[in-house]
Amino acid sequence: MFTPEMLESIKKVEATRAERMATEPRRMTAEEKSELLKAYHPDYRPEGFKEILVGPNKGQKAPVELTNLIHSNSRLLNENIDLSKIDYDVDVLVIGGGGAGASAAIEAHEAGANVMVVTKLRIGDANTMMAEGGIQAADKENDSPVQHYLDAFGGGHFAARPELLRRLVMEAPDAIAWLNKLGVMFDKDEDGRMVTTHGGGTSRKRMHACKDYSGAEIMRTVRDEVLNRKIPVVEFTSAVELLKDEFGQVAGAVLLNMETGDYMVARAKTVIIATGGAGRLHYQNFPTSNHYGATADGLILGYRAGAPLLYQDTIQYHPTGVAYPSQIFGALVTEKVRSIGAMLVNKDGEAYAHPLETRDVSASAIIRECANGKGVDTPLGSGVWLDTPMIEMIHGEGTIEKRIPAMLRMYLNYGIDMRKVPILVYPTLHYQNGGLEIGGEGYTKAIPNLLVAGEAVGGIHGRNRLMGNSLLDIIVFGRNAGKAAAAKAKEVTLGTPNLNHIYEYAEMLKAADCTHEGVSPLLLPKYARHER
Amino acid sequence: MENMVNVYFFGKKYSVPADLTIMTAMEYAGYTLTRGCGCRHGFCGACATIYRIKGDNTLRTCLACQTQVQEGMYVASIPFFPTDKRTYDIEGLKADQRVMMELYPEIYACIGCNACTKACTQSLNVMQYIAYAQRGEFEKCAEESFDCVGCGCCSVRCPAGISHPMVGLLARRLTGKYIAPKSEHLENRVNEINSGAYDELIEAIMQKPISEMQELYNHRDIEK
Repeated sequence: MFTPEMLESIKKVEATRAERMATEPRRMTAEEKSELLKAYHPDYRPEGFKEILVGPNKGQKAPVELTNLIHSNSRLLNENIDLSKIDYDVDVLVIGGGGAGASAAIEAHEAGANVMVVTKLRIGDANTMMAEGGIQAADKENDSPVQHYLDAFGGGHFAARPELLRRLVMEAPDAIAWLNKLGVMFDKDEDGRMVTTHGGGTSRKRMHACKDYSGAEIMRTVRDEVLNRKIPVVEFTSAVELLKDEFGQVAGAVLLNMETGDYMVARAKTVIIATGGAGRLHYQNFPTSNHYGATADGLILGYRAGAPLLYQDTIQYHPTGVAYPSQIFGALVTEKVRSIGAMLVNKDGEAYAHPLETRDVSASAIIRECANGKGVDTPLGSGVWLDTPMIEMIHGEGTIEKRIPAMLRMYLNYGIDMRKVPILVYPTLHYQNGGLEIGGEGYTKAIPNLLVAGEAVGGIHGRNRLMGNSLLDIIVFGRNAGKAAAAKAKEVTLGTPNLNHIYEYAEMLKAADCTHEGVSPLLLPKYARHER
Repeated sequence: MENMVNVYFFGKKYSVPADLTIMTAMEYAGYTLTRGCGCRHGFCGACATIYRIKGDNTLRTCLACQTQVQEGMYVASIPFFPTDKRTYDIEGLKADQRVMMELYPEIYACIGCNACTKACTQSLNVMQYIAYAQRGEFEKCAEESFDCVGCGCCSVRCPAGISHPMVGLLARRLTGKYIAPKSEHLENRVNEINSGAYDELIEAIMQKPISEMQELYNHRDIEK
């Protein structure tokens, strides 16, 4: 399976293993990290970004692909949709069927609201399902929410919004308890103590996991709960534009049946955008660990309706995406592989950095190694080794099958046994640190009854996110948004739904001499190859 | 010239590069996927697929995103399968054998053909976890079914009409909620936070200037 060059390099990795296992690589100083990021992190490549010419973030930069979508018009601009014909009429409309959307729906339902979920694929087709490593919460005796705050704030380069980060860490233990009560099977010892490990940048072992199917176990449980509650879930239906009323409130959304192409109108007193990330926009041509529908739709909907973005120029590249074999190029290799002992090693067998630096630092160091000829060539680029056989040498035989079965299975499909040989990794586009700006209560600042939850939010983590804080934020902010939206719906009186904002937006684009062809939101990436 | 193979999507022949997965090969052939494509990395079960290799009558099942194309592959994706999920109030259940009898009685009609296990795209011992469910051994059922991605290939092949992924899911929820031991440290921490034990501390750290936060962060002690 491996090329001769790879096999040659594996020998070097094996030759240094015993010595490496006896020492822990030094952690970088703050100055070293800062220099490394500036030199190698993709966020610092100016050619990957483009100025936004219209809307609330005018004058700021965003990834080229996102700016192009912001500069595109609505697909409804030349459609004549009868907004007086209401197909769905609800208190709370949740856009997105991932972890944040499902949590929001459950809490809104619990609060007695008439809630509906729309999602462009199936409920659960979301990045939540693919999160492998775990979920953070400071629930051990040597830990505290304050320590969690410090780790996340520093790891995010001191840019997180304090009121959001406070909610994240203070409500984390309750989020775990809530999930456990719903039946999520966390890894525990026989006395009920959670098995917790480190993630990159954590100062306490607070990573809770469900083997390496943590997100899947959470997602399938909350999805099951949504279905048990008989909350309406309209699948294969995307929200393509928000509706507003004459008071500046949101009033619902125009929906598109992804299979028939028919439009429908949903009226709602409150709307929660829970549409997730943007990996399928392939910023700077990176592969992605994200699901098929991660195309930043919610950011476009909200922005066009007048809600500002925050930190839209900062992206997380997960250090360890699959570099080889090419069939699974860009797929996530969970950070947990490093949490339980595997080191990052270059072509020459050197452990060139501590394996648990924060993700941005770790990714930059891999890019540096490969740029300086210390990477191993692959058919699609290059990569460094993740020395997985170390795991069983440290924790004993059978550890990999027990604790990271998904990883083992993924590689075995291609004849690579990670228990015996190391695996090749390279950074993959993983997470959008930025998104729509919200206040501590979950509302966008510009529109009083529009909420955002999950990866579509900007500001919870700052300019980098720690492992395990995203599964946490979708639950904490999803639940909060559901409760808040249900309460708010009781006091909202809607006017007449309209789409005036899309015409005003079109005028703004024209005035800025900015007419990108194509329409947005994108909905699905264009992967089909057409010879002509 | 790339190494190409001939595959048949829904009976129609296409020549595609041999190193592609079934999913990327369909896209190479020009298909825009809406059904049958979710996470693309083997976790969501959206891309359940049935195939047969020309000249071999064995009917095989797989996830399209995790399976490489082969010469002579006849492929049909399963856009949707009517898995039969029963609804229940998890708060009102008890983790005893009657739960399965009430919610999924068809599991007792299993004829032991093992078609489910043979069809499993995750190589799970599906028939075994159904047997555990029959006996009310939910913890074992949960463990054995844990890696299930819910693609439904097992249910497609089951002569007894069992919705295996739903049975495993119920067993896991019962295990996580009722059978696994309680986490005392978690309950304690939730109570501490609710009683306001961290309110002042968190307020204090939120107010600190960035320079002080940098100092604290760069010199924090890290648990070994």
